[in-house]
Amino acid sequence: MKAGTVLPDLTYDVSSTTVVLGALATRDWRPQHHDYHFATERNGVRDIFLNAPNQAAWFERYVTDWTGPFGRLGRMSFRMHDSVFPGDQMRLSGKVVDVEDDGAGCRWVSLEITLSVADRTCSTCSARVAVPVDPDDNPWSRRGERWQP
Amino acid sequence: MSQATDLPDEVAGWIDAVRYEETGDFPVERGYIWTACASVENGNPLFWDDKAAAEITGGPIAPPSMLSTWFRPHHWAPDVEEQRLPLQVHFDLKDRLDLPEAVMSDNTMTFHEPVRPGDVLSTRQRLRSVSPEKTTKLGIGRFWVIDVEYHNQRGELVGVESWTGFGYRRDGEAS
Repeated sequence: MKAGTVLPDLTYDVSSTTVVLGALATRDWRPQHHDYHFATERNGVRDIFLNAPNQAAWFERYVTDWTGPFGRLGRMSFRMHDSVFPGDQMRLSGKVVDVEDDGAGCRWVSLEITLSVADRTCSTCSARVAVPVDPDDNPWSRRGERWQP
Repeated sequence: MSQATDLPDEVAGWIDAVRYEETGDFPVERGYIWTACASVENGNPLFWDDKAAAEITGGPIAPPSMLSTWFRPHHWAPDVEEQRLPLQVHFDLKDRLDLPEAVMSDNTMTFHEPVRPGDVLSTRQRLRSVSPEKTTKLGIGRFWVIDVEYHNQRGELVGVESWTGFGYRRDGEAS
């Protein structure tokens, strides 16, 4: 695991169910995430679209698919540039940009992740995830001063 | 972000002040955790396999990215006539600064103690900064940063969400 490592892509065919399920799973009742007429006529977009908290969940899944269950997210930032609609095939791609051990001995991997549809960059995400230093280390056991996300 | 020096006294007084301390409507529960995992097909055994969760995280936990889920108000509840807004400081700023439009541009989540089923979380909002007026392609307005801090029932910090918003007036709109 080192800077420059490329994560495997994740592709997913987004449907209306994807969008509605994601909105309800995050308790987001706003109509642009389940009501086609509201989205097209009020928001002026072509369909309902993925909400931000559900995109965060997609980023989390992408990161921990790669690290496995011992990977512990410390920090995640993202910015949305364009919307993801039913009928889109979204692709998450990412790479390692830094690996460092902090003063408490916790190993941090910094990732840059892009969620895109065809040639559209829809969201970009920076994630900082703790991974075990050795087979005896478990980032989830860290508390207090030993956990500096 | 540079700090504005021309803010109304009331708004300037909000910076770094704790506001809107609230307790969640319901305890963290596994049904919602499974629904959230299903929505993104997240098969992480921490959320599905009690044995793995016991060994790795000392018992079941919620996906960290669900932080804000536990605080979105019910769509309906008895005796509640006005729907609460999830980031009230943002709407206060729009109102007091007379900036009718707003967008959220960035969201950063920092995760501390894991959130576990049965936890009852509390939240509070803290305005961190408001910029001087700026002109963007959207219009004239100000950027602001609001932190939402989440604690569990033991008073432990479980996470902080930091939102960057831009409140603005469209070109030609009177202030």
